[in-house]
Amino acid sequence: MKISKNIYLDYQATTPLDPRVLEKMIPYFNERFGNPHSRNHFFGWEAEEATEIARKQVAEIIGANSKEIVFTSGATESNNLAIKGVADFYGDKKNHIITCVTEHKCVLESCRFLSENGFEITYLPVEKDGLINLELLKKSIKENTLMISIMAVHNEIGVIQPLKEIGELARKNNIFFHTDCAQAVGKIKLDVNEMNIDLMSISGHKIYGPKGIGALYVRRKPRVRIKSMMSGGGQERGMRSGTLSPALCIGLGEACKICLDEMDQEKKKLESMRKKFHEIILKSCKDVYLNGSEHHRIPGNLNLSFAYVEGESLMMGIKDLSVSSGSACTSASLEPSYVLRALGVEEELAHTSLRIGFGRFTTDDEIEKAANDIVREVIRLRSLSPLWEMAQEGVDISKIEWAHH
Amino acid sequence: MAYSKELIDHYEKPRNVGSLDKQSTDVGTGLVGAPACGDVMKLQIKVDDNGVIEDAKFKTFGCGSAIASSSLITEWVKGKNINEASEIKNTEIAKHLALPPVKIHCSILAEDAIKAAVKDYKEKNKK
Repeated sequence: MKISKNIYLDYQATTPLDPRVLEKMIPYFNERFGNPHSRNHFFGWEAEEATEIARKQVAEIIGANSKEIVFTSGATESNNLAIKGVADFYGDKKNHIITCVTEHKCVLESCRFLSENGFEITYLPVEKDGLINLELLKKSIKENTLMISIMAVHNEIGVIQPLKEIGELARKNNIFFHTDCAQAVGKIKLDVNEMNIDLMSISGHKIYGPKGIGALYVRRKPRVRIKSMMSGGGQERGMRSGTLSPALCIGLGEACKICLDEMDQEKKKLESMRKKFHEIILKSCKDVYLNGSEHHRIPGNLNLSFAYVEGESLMMGIKDLSVSSGSACTSASLEPSYVLRALGVEEELAHTSLRIGFGRFTTDDEIEKAANDIVREVIRLRSLSPLWEMAQEGVDISKIEWAHH
Repeated sequence: MAYSKELIDHYEKPRNVGSLDKQSTDVGTGLVGAPACGDVMKLQIKVDDNGVIEDAKFKTFGCGSAIASSSLITEWVKGKNINEASEIKNTEIAKHLALPPVKIHCSILAEDAIKAAVKDYKEKNKK
């Protein structure tokens, strides 16, 4: 089989559009161009019918009713709408929100915004494996706790939080449970009723659908009210004004349908790929550490720290592989990932980490080439590394007094 | 972000990688940076009786720019008098490798490393 020169291993950043999805979308860019909100002619009806089928497909993958699905521009908007929308509606009664330090920036920033506007936010720490402590969550609940917002699957380290347990706790205490499921939909089984989820954010482009579309699930029974952020024609049951893009909605719907149909076989394939990849690395390199729980983890993610090798230099050496670095040295700050730091990963190890994401179109040949390329570069860069040399000589690097700059 | 040809060349084929005997009196060692900051440079020079650098070796933990900066400076200091070598400015390294602004600190580290190595040599050979 032919291997293209560039190997894409960054499926948590985005995924390629599935050709089957694109095929369904195309007619709605040209001949079926109608506005789904035009209630009195054929073109409108045609577009509306298709968007409603898509809405149903989105609902099905999470066990919801299609009336509970609000289309948005993506998970960032959904997270903003869920958190700020609920806070805005109920804020005069309850004003405490519980979230977690490793949440996505759009959740953390929404909470920060609220904290500047009279809300109290509790940021739960995570354990070494990246999961929250349920006892601590229980203890953090107060009389005025309005909402718990905890993501399902982590974008950097791929760990799966205990949604069912969180949902149970939230429901028992009459607290809304919002979960960012951008990385979870299509990868793990989700059921809003079984898990007592009140609001759920969904993204299109993480599940082989188009960019620029997502959805927010908003529970109807018991009803969750949100204040919309956009003033306009009152589309999406008043929660999100603006004309829908039928092509994008249909893309999201079809992407959900394919994920639901193929989830089990895809999971098996990705698990075996991840295992193979991890084994090749561990066989040839020592001092490689997995970040985040090994067991509570989606099959398509590995986050590895290659001790004594700086992440960005490693990425330069494997330039045919598109992976993501846990080291943020490319940005102006020299800070390593806030997520890895929250897990208690030492700063020096956080600088050496790579996030490797596998997905639907990854092949076995690519896995093998990628793992071997990484092994080769790690060995080369360790031969250049003074830290590796010291470690081999038995010097304890943590005991050296380094001049921090 | 595209790196310059010079930088990539030094990263892919680093010059003078290795270690000299740090106990030896004619060797000066500079170890600068910190693992927590993502860069550590070890630069060693071997100096003859006339104060001329005969050999230089380095090992670097850091990004590609840090590896290239240290590789380049080992080339530059060889054959130079130690006083001359410690006058090399980070701006010359940054210019030669066309370092992007966020990577200027890598060239500063290389300058610090040669200064530290010369200092170590001088301290060892104080009469």
